[in-house]
Amino acid sequence: MKQSNGADNFLVLIPAFNEAGAIAQVVREVRQVVPKAQILVVDDASKDATVSQASGAGAEVLRLPTHLGLGGCVQAGYRLAYELGYQYVIRVDGDGQHDPRYIPDLLKILRTSGCHMVIGSRFYNGDGVHTSVVRAIGIGLFRLVLRPILGQPVRDPTSGFVGVNREALQVFSQSFPLEYPEIEALVVLQRKRFRFQEVPVKMRPRQAGRSSITAVKSLYYIIHVLLGVFINILKFERRPRKQ
Amino acid sequence: MERLLDAVTILSLMLMITVLFSVRRSHIRVEYSVSWLAASLILLLLSRSRSLLNWISDQLGLTYPPLALILLVSCVFVVVIYRLSVVISDLKDANIAMAQRLAIVEFQLQSRNEKQ
Repeated sequence: MKQSNGADNFLVLIPAFNEAGAIAQVVREVRQVVPKAQILVVDDASKDATVSQASGAGAEVLRLPTHLGLGGCVQAGYRLAYELGYQYVIRVDGDGQHDPRYIPDLLKILRTSGCHMVIGSRFYNGDGVHTSVVRAIGIGLFRLVLRPILGQPVRDPTSGFVGVNREALQVFSQSFPLEYPEIEALVVLQRKRFRFQEVPVKMRPRQAGRSSITAVKSLYYIIHVLLGVFINILKFERRPRKQ
Repeated sequence: MERLLDAVTILSLMLMITVLFSVRRSHIRVEYSVSWLAASLILLLLSRSRSLLNWISDQLGLTYPPLALILLVSCVFVVVIYRLSVVISDLKDANIAMAQRLAIVEFQLQSRNEKQ
């Protein structure tokens, strides 16, 4: 992958862990939708053929030497993208749930609105489908908690279909939550007084593999994320005093 | 009471010897052995000095001195375990940063080799 020099260059970042069944299709779909985009698959030390499938489909592959989890995996991609000078990064999950046809929508908002992060929201028009009752309760709870913290509503705080501009990229390459990063990342941005915007998208069922968040883990997920949000609030920089 | 104090003495001596042997065999680094050696020394002192234990239990308003011993033992181990949690967190952060850096450097080397 080459150093990015253009002011408009963007990278499609695909974190993947044991996604051999879906990753090639995801890469090909992204290539069809945005033929000029650089595609980077970050392999989180998969034990299956994720790397060969991804590179065979034409993606560049950043191979982590050990399993870091989703946050560490995504941050590695952000770090590389920042060092290579990319202006925008769109993250698409490697399991095929995120429909690449929405990438241009996310990119357009990033380029024109001046916001630092754009979230592909499956609940934007109120027609999103929850995968389980526990998740529905969790997302409802996160919306309630995040509303006063972020100063604006967020309909789909757990969406991993996001785009960031270079300023947010710089922040995330330095500081990014390690486990279940999506919600805490919003609070990290808020600490910097950055703005985000949601864009309606439709998500699909996984094309292969299983979700890392099982029903049993969902409760732990909710507690972990709420704690992470609380800790991030404690880290808020003090507002400068008025002279 | 005496049996409990004797048991704590034996436990603290065993802890001290185990830690010293572990340091000698390089199973524990010296800087991390200090917390455990300090903890075992405190336990040894408290279990062998009845007057000190009585004084501490008086200060804490406890009528039964072994309770003070148990309380202090708990406090000492909480401090040691907390310190270890801080160390583990630092190590995890460093490990993640190194893994990411290694992956990026390998990626860039490979890209350079492919160009040449």
